[in-house]
Amino acid sequence: MAGMPILSLVTFLPLVGVLIILFINDDSDLARRNIRMVALLTTAFTFLISLLIWIGFDTADPGFQFVEKVDWLDSGISYHMGVDGISMLFVILTTFLMPLCILASWEAVQKRVKAYMIAFLILETLMVGVFCALDIVLFYVFFEGGLIPMFIIIGVWGGKRRVYASFKFFLYTLLGSVLMLIAIMAMYWDAGTTSIPGLLEHDFPVSMQTWLWVAFFASFAVKMPMWPVHTWLPDAHVEAPTAGSVILAGILLKLGGYGLIRFSLSMFPVASAELSGFVFTLSVIAIVYTSLVALMQEDIKKLIAYSSVAHMGYVTMGIFAANHQGLDGAIFQMLSHGLVSGALFLCVGVVYDRMHTREISAYGGLVNIMPRYAVAFMVFTMANVGLPGTSGFVGEFLTLMGIFQANTWFAVVATLGVILSAAYALWLYRRVIFGVLEKESLKAMLDLSGREKVILYPLIVLTIFFGVYPAPVFDVTTASVDALLSDYSAALEAARAVADVAMAAH
Amino acid sequence: MYHAIVFLPLIGALIAGLFGRSIGAKASEYITSGIMVLVAVLSWIAFGIFAFSDEPTITIEVLRWIQTGTLDISWAFRIDTLTAVMLVVVNTVSSLVHVYSIGYMHHDPDRPRFFSYLSLFTFAMLMLVTSDNLVQMFFGWEGVGLASYLLIGFWYKKPSACAAAMKAFIVNRVGDFGFALGIFGVFVLFGSVNFETIFANAASYLPTGDAHGAAEAATEAMHAADTETVLNFLGYHLDKAHALTIVCLLLFMGAMGKSAQFLLHTWLPDAMEGPTPVSALIHAATMVTAGVFMVARMSPLFELSATALTVVTVVGAITAFFAATVGLVQNDIKRVIAYSTCSQLGYMFVALGVGAYGAGVFHLFTHAFFKALLFLGAGSVIHAVSDEQDMRRMGGLRSHIPMTYWMMVIGTLALTGVGLPGTIIGTAGFFSKDAIIESAYVGHNPAAGFAFGLLVIAALFTSFYSWRLIFMTFHGKPRASADVMHHVHESPPVMLIPLYVLAAGALLAGFVFHDFFIGHAAEGHHEGWYNEFWRTALFAGEGNHILEEFHHVPWAVKLSPFIVMVLGVITAWYMYIRSPQTPKTLAAQHEGLYKFLLNKWYFDELYDFLFVKPAMRLGRFLWKRGDGWLIDGFGPDGVAARVREVTGRVVRLQTGYLYHYAFAMLIGVAALVTWMMLGGSV
Repeated sequence: MAGMPILSLVTFLPLVGVLIILFINDDSDLARRNIRMVALLTTAFTFLISLLIWIGFDTADPGFQFVEKVDWLDSGISYHMGVDGISMLFVILTTFLMPLCILASWEAVQKRVKAYMIAFLILETLMVGVFCALDIVLFYVFFEGGLIPMFIIIGVWGGKRRVYASFKFFLYTLLGSVLMLIAIMAMYWDAGTTSIPGLLEHDFPVSMQTWLWVAFFASFAVKMPMWPVHTWLPDAHVEAPTAGSVILAGILLKLGGYGLIRFSLSMFPVASAELSGFVFTLSVIAIVYTSLVALMQEDIKKLIAYSSVAHMGYVTMGIFAANHQGLDGAIFQMLSHGLVSGALFLCVGVVYDRMHTREISAYGGLVNIMPRYAVAFMVFTMANVGLPGTSGFVGEFLTLMGIFQANTWFAVVATLGVILSAAYALWLYRRVIFGVLEKESLKAMLDLSGREKVILYPLIVLTIFFGVYPAPVFDVTTASVDALLSDYSAALEAARAVADVAMAAH
Repeated sequence: MYHAIVFLPLIGALIAGLFGRSIGAKASEYITSGIMVLVAVLSWIAFGIFAFSDEPTITIEVLRWIQTGTLDISWAFRIDTLTAVMLVVVNTVSSLVHVYSIGYMHHDPDRPRFFSYLSLFTFAMLMLVTSDNLVQMFFGWEGVGLASYLLIGFWYKKPSACAAAMKAFIVNRVGDFGFALGIFGVFVLFGSVNFETIFANAASYLPTGDAHGAAEAATEAMHAADTETVLNFLGYHLDKAHALTIVCLLLFMGAMGKSAQFLLHTWLPDAMEGPTPVSALIHAATMVTAGVFMVARMSPLFELSATALTVVTVVGAITAFFAATVGLVQNDIKRVIAYSTCSQLGYMFVALGVGAYGAGVFHLFTHAFFKALLFLGAGSVIHAVSDEQDMRRMGGLRSHIPMTYWMMVIGTLALTGVGLPGTIIGTAGFFSKDAIIESAYVGHNPAAGFAFGLLVIAALFTSFYSWRLIFMTFHGKPRASADVMHHVHESPPVMLIPLYVLAAGALLAGFVFHDFFIGHAAEGHHEGWYNEFWRTALFAGEGNHILEEFHHVPWAVKLSPFIVMVLGVITAWYMYIRSPQTPKTLAAQHEGLYKFLLNKWYFDELYDFLFVKPAMRLGRFLWKRGDGWLIDGFGPDGVAARVREVTGRVVRLQTGYLYHYAFAMLIGVAALVTWMMLGGSV
């Protein structure tokens, strides 16, 4: 196994699936079935292979593992892959969610099945690539490349306002990307390398750090999304097909958080420390503001989308609290949110497939005919609310604990989110699930089908498992987070020493 | 054994929840109830071990939980006397409620779900009381909240039940907001959330001003350390003493939510929407006492902060008084008992607040028996009169359901604290409630006198509303319709036997156990530690001898609860038996006051006005104006609109006339040439 380029294998395996699908030219029912099967098998196989990464991962090693490096174009830019404790689990999350997405689209997507599956497989390659890339140019290519399939998925298989939503999505993310590209060039000029490990070791001058930080932040803040650049997310979610929403919430949003940890916090520690107050402010506004907005939503998907923004607020806050609880909590929150919000969107998909509406008022009393669905939805609602014993609690609690050590003001305001999330989530649950089943149209609805059980039950198990026993995650992250934080505080020490010398000189 | 006590109910819950449909309702009932009876027996054994031997605190680690940086939390049990007491309370009441529910829920189609929830609740409650750290306690804390939510909303077809369930969860979350912040504060102060570490280091937070035996220099140094900032909270730089006060107050906020104390009490009366056994188990005997348990558990911290204890006393006293006033006029039989619970919880907090932790926990213990008895008795009444809960449509039931009647009377005797002052003859409430009132009298904190006054008045009200309930329900002429009266029947044995057991507890618990809980400090009592029953489970500061002092209060104080209790009975008897017109006349004469009490001091309306409506309005405003108008308007939509305008103009430029293009080209060439000439010269 040592010699096997496992990261490249996991990254590009989905493309093999694409190749196979390309050969299926027929548009008969059988051909569609085959296309779906190929996509499912490819993603499932990719997931299994990716588990080898977790198995082979050395939790004691804080550095990059499974490293592959090939020079590219003789330009200093190289094809450089590797994972550490921070990125590895995101790879697993991606490969895990993909087969579920394919399954969720099994019946929901009937037109252009071939193109749809190809888009998803390419998306998987690009997403995994982002987390594995150890060259900043490569990272950029994957990072921006991911936009395109997503843009297409929303724009082609989306709902009524899909074009508006996909353009809004594109406009926002493009804005950030341009700034990031400029920053990447500046970094190359200063450090003379595009390799991420090299850049991590390089000390950027303090004056430059601020500008680079801002440029990167612009890109990642849009991706997270942070308030006030979050308005693309509700529209994108509402219009995207179910599987698109799952990937969007589960993985695409995590690119921003991952980027903030990998680049902003690690490479520009001084700027991060200086601007942390700014990030905290945006984060707590996001938590309170979007929770209140979520409370008033009339569309199930939009409500969950707004709640995602609030949850990402905990992540940004935890990252820049820059302590163990904050950072570990942020990583955990992202992984947990990937499972929980993905699951919530899948739950919405279940009823959307039956009723073709997302209006909350169109539902009510579903527990009477769909008890299994009610249980699943309850588990994920509680995880979303951050009930201890579910994975949602661990991340939320740790990030809040992290921010409390950094600044109590922000901690107090952010903790208000605990109350608000209970309000909007339980109110949604009450309106959709509880009550008497009065609406005629709902009476013919069936409980979860076998396929839906296969999708939702593993998510229930994982949500509770990681809530009760999150140790497997922390075992992976600890070493890398330790190293990151000690580098971070060393850099701050050094900067302070320089500043003191400068003061003394004056 | 402790593993079995805690996890068997979970297994029961899972069996009934997952396989309830396949194994059937009967099997679910018997499995969960059987498990609970077994667990209750085990708990009494554990209690015996702690009461009669020198068993030290046991810590059992179960599983790693959250480890990051210096934060190290495991799933672990901490068993000491306090835990043993709670195990007995929780499991005894829970097992009786399980058995009782077999009869009470007889007609319900969803029995497996019901029993699954009940067992799940018990599991969460056990996690709460056996926890060895604050976060696991928080797990149990929110876990019981979830179970309470599910059980209040058990009849999900009733909109009022769904609303009450939501309200309970959200109001509790307000308390949890404080609890969570308190946990963070504890972590900052002590670097750990494990009780072991916290309690060991709490001593260093003792006020050092009167530290004796230390050299002058050492005292100076300690003073310096004392005033050092240990916590920055909301812009305040807090030294050790103040930081501790803040942390205690935050933790207490959690306790206020869970124990339905004044300001956060609004959910408890509404929670009566749940099936009656649920009210008995969760909203009388166990979950609502979690706050009391938590403060008692954290006594090593609370004891160090006089301010926090004063706040606890004040809140407790106000709750005891406030809830009792509302209880006077309610007509729903369950709501009367609910407000009574609220009021009694206030008593417990007063006891904690004046430092008489033993008395507080003792009242928790006895209250569990007689309040569960009252609720289950009320359930038996409701069952008898075809699910009617309004006491105005009851009356004259005594001869129809005599056993229920007598059980309710015993519960009322215990609640009102009937006993002979100065002797050891009395019901459970006589021992525990009077101990609290006496402790308040001798308490040293500034609010103790205030609390004493309110508690005595509340005792009067308690006696009045309790007997009013008995008289309205069982005496006088039947006010129910003939049809209902025709169907009135005594409950089956499966419901009555739990009542007998609880009645025995209500009569005897005080007499049997008072020496353990609040007995004179025996040999081995030293340096503020409690007597040999509590040992290290509760903590008392150096100057705190309240559990000794309250034995020596003046006769007048000892007599006062007795006198007001008798007064209450007589008034109730006069107004509801002797002269039934009086209440109506009184209500008419003091209409404002009557409405004020009947509407629970208008708290629901106030909160709706202050919090719920503004939150919704703000949410809508931020959505439509903030997101829609401001961000989108000036962001992407605005940009898109500008782009469209500009391109629109560009389109207009493209007129199709050749000379227009030629002219534009000419200008372009001229500009280019100019630029090149100027650029070239630089």
